[in-house]
Amino acid sequence: MSDLETFRNETREWLDKNCPADMRDGAVSEATQCWGGRNWTFTSEGQKLWLERMAAKGWTVPTWPKEYGGAGLSKDETEILQAEMKAIGARKPHDNFGITMLGPALLKFGTHEQKLEHLPPIARGELRWCQGYSEPGAGSDLASLRTKAEDKGDHYIVNGQKIWTSYADKADWIFCLVRTDFDAAKHKGISFVLFDMATDGVTTKPIKLISGSSPFCETFFDDVRVEKSNLVHKPNKGWDVAKYLLTHERGMIGEVFGNMTGGRSLGEIAASEIGIDDMGRVDDPLLRAKLVQAEVDSLAFSTLLQSVSERAEAGESLGAVSSVLKYYGTEMNKRRHELLMEIGGSDELEWSEQNDDGQRSKDWLRTKGNSIEGGTSEVQLQIVAKHILQMPNA
Amino acid sequence: MSMMLNEDQEMLREAAAGFLKENAPVSAFREMRDSNSTEGFSRDLWSEMAQMGWVGILVPEEYGGSAFGMVGAGLIAEEMGKHLTTSPFLSTSVLATTAFAKFGSEAQKQHHLPKISSGECLYALAVDEGAKHAPAKINLKAERSGNGFKLSGQKTFVANGHVADHVIVAARTSGEAGDENGITLFLMDANSMGLDKTASSMVDNSSSARLRLSDVEVNADAIIGEIDGGFEPLETILNAGRACLAAELTGCADQAFNTTVAYINERKQFGVPVGSFQALQHRAAHLHTEIEMAKAVTLAALQSVDGEDEHAWRLTALAKAKVGQVALLAAQEGVQMHGGMGMTDAFDIGLYLKRVRVAGEMFGDASWHANRIAEALSF
Ligand SMILES: Cc1cc2nc3c(=O)[nH]c(=O)nc-3n(C[C@H](O)[C@H](O)[C@H](O)COP(=O)(O)OP(=O)(O)OC[C@H]3O[C@@H](n4cnc5c(N)ncnc54)[C@H](O)[C@@H]3O)c2cc1C
Repeated sequence: MSDLETFRNETREWLDKNCPADMRDGAVSEATQCWGGRNWTFTSEGQKLWLERMAAKGWTVPTWPKEYGGAGLSKDETEILQAEMKAIGARKPHDNFGITMLGPALLKFGTHEQKLEHLPPIARGELRWCQGYSEPGAGSDLASLRTKAEDKGDHYIVNGQKIWTSYADKADWIFCLVRTDFDAAKHKGISFVLFDMATDGVTTKPIKLISGSSPFCETFFDDVRVEKSNLVHKPNKGWDVAKYLLTHERGMIGEVFGNMTGGRSLGEIAASEIGIDDMGRVDDPLLRAKLVQAEVDSLAFSTLLQSVSERAEAGESLGAVSSVLKYYGTEMNKRRHELLMEIGGSDELEWSEQNDDGQRSKDWLRTKGNSIEGGTSEVQLQIVAKHILQMPNA
Repeated sequence: MSMMLNEDQEMLREAAAGFLKENAPVSAFREMRDSNSTEGFSRDLWSEMAQMGWVGILVPEEYGGSAFGMVGAGLIAEEMGKHLTTSPFLSTSVLATTAFAKFGSEAQKQHHLPKISSGECLYALAVDEGAKHAPAKINLKAERSGNGFKLSGQKTFVANGHVADHVIVAARTSGEAGDENGITLFLMDANSMGLDKTASSMVDNSSSARLRLSDVEVNADAIIGEIDGGFEPLETILNAGRACLAAELTGCADQAFNTTVAYINERKQFGVPVGSFQALQHRAAHLHTEIEMAKAVTLAALQSVDGEDEHAWRLTALAKAKVGQVALLAAQEGVQMHGGMGMTDAFDIGLYLKRVRVAGEMFGDASWHANRIAEALSF
């Protein structure tokens, strides 16, 4: 037996023995996921056990080195682990911006001490992170940010305001872009710092969304003390970290939406909710045509993802390709959710107990943010035109 | 017919715009929503609208109405769309009025039309039974019982069904779901024994109701029109409603668009208004084109209803198909062009997004009407 086969068998056996029954429903929504953190209340004993057991194996962040809380798995092994988890419908043991965003940035730019301090608690789900980039005056033009960090020798004093900080009110720590040099060109005076949200002077104010929920906040900093040991990379080089992370984030967002075809297809949902005609086709020819087009797009997009991922593995530097994925994946996801609303008709337009308190329309409204968060579609297209196509400026 | 408004119509539009801006701005809608009002509209506003002759806008003069016609009703609906005004206008002033004025007996006209014009009574029309519009599939059973009928079954997405004093129920008296023959329109008191109403709050915070009828008894004089011959009248009534919804959606699209253009002309990034980027300008210009078309096709549909044109259904289908899409596009683009602000409840653009989904769904969504056009053109 090859090593990989042995690994597969052992993984399967371990998962079967250790994944609690209630963690095997394949749920992936923000509502069911375990976010971890100081104030996390587990929704069940199963959720708690699952996180502990997976963390002990290093499988919450399987590719991270062992010393930082991971399992040091190879790409092939990670794929096996994911496939085996999927096969039994295992949920992710936990997920938050520490795993998906800060982790990769620290692994690339952090010092050994910073990695040792911050990565293991992320892996174990003990600390929950949020992303402090956008400001009221700095959205698409992120580099114009003005939150100020004054150099006080061994620490900085931070003053300013962030906005759209997802889950800032629930997060324990923040990774944050601050301006350390007001005289330099706008990209050259930014630094990347980390601090505890419980530090004096940090306040958050939730923003109510069109779906009625409040997952993001305005975040205010009033004379917040940040130790220099929590500066990632060099002073005034924060933009490099931010750019690396944004590229990573965009690729990831694109991927999430590219892998949605695994569940029930739009066609199946429509057939069961709208009904079929004598020939077994969704009983609305125009809707059927729109659904099949959406499925064609999704399936084609997943092949693009596959090809990009293989090119990345082969060592190609992809950079702006993440903008291609982010743009297409999010726009496609919005179209799919419009179609789900169309399928659902008036039943899904109610806030009622029968439809899980309007979950489908909440999801629909949430998708409108996909093409805004992590850089808008317009910004992605601009990046593609400029950096991939190298088209001339106006 | 001329595609220009006449002087009276222009005056009505201005009056409606001025009145609603003053008395029913979007902030009033927000207040109503946040107060969790169970009625979902303002009774005071409704009586003022009645005094101005708007509630009875389709009611003939001999029954106390202002007989202004469907174009006038559309002008009011369009202004209500701009301001997100909620009211029983569609269900009472358009649907019920059309039912009585065109198909009611003399006794029904005399009894109900003056109560509509005065604002005294509210009405609702109960058609659909499933999540998607399908008038021919009506299956709520009406069986003969003594001198009258007994009705049992369910209805959904009944606009203002929870506040109406009277409900017009489309029921099946013969044939089976899918047959156009065998449908009959019944008028009943909203407090009838066996009629159970559940108010549902919709995503746009408008109110509609689910009805459950268990052996609701009505007399034979409760029938509007002919027994078994209710489908054509129902279509006529629905077409008036669809034209009215198209007008409201046009208003929503127009206002969503104007709000967006105002925002992108203000909002600065990279040192300039984001509205100065050609990427946004072209999309704004495209939307303008679509909305101009929405206005034209809506007016044509309203006129065709007024003209009792036998092809009115084609124009109302066209309007509902086209305007439904345009309004959705205007709202979607609006959210996107607002950036993060578009996702917040504090800005109005999201309210339009939600409203156009609900109004677009009512009485046939854009696909449903487009399919009908394909069938009519035999392809
Ligand atoms: C759901 C969600 C979650 C988020 N989470 C976070 C978070 O955790 N942390 C964080 O820091 N931020 C977060 N954000 C903020 C997000 O990154 C910003 O909203 C985004 O970068 C856009 O900025 P803005 O909202 O200021 O829009 P603006 O930049 O004001 O854009 C307004 C419109 O102008 C367009 N535009 C701007 N520039 C150009 C141009 N050059 N050419 C053409 N069109 C242009 C935009 O595409 C948009 O349509 C989140 C946003 C959302 C919606």
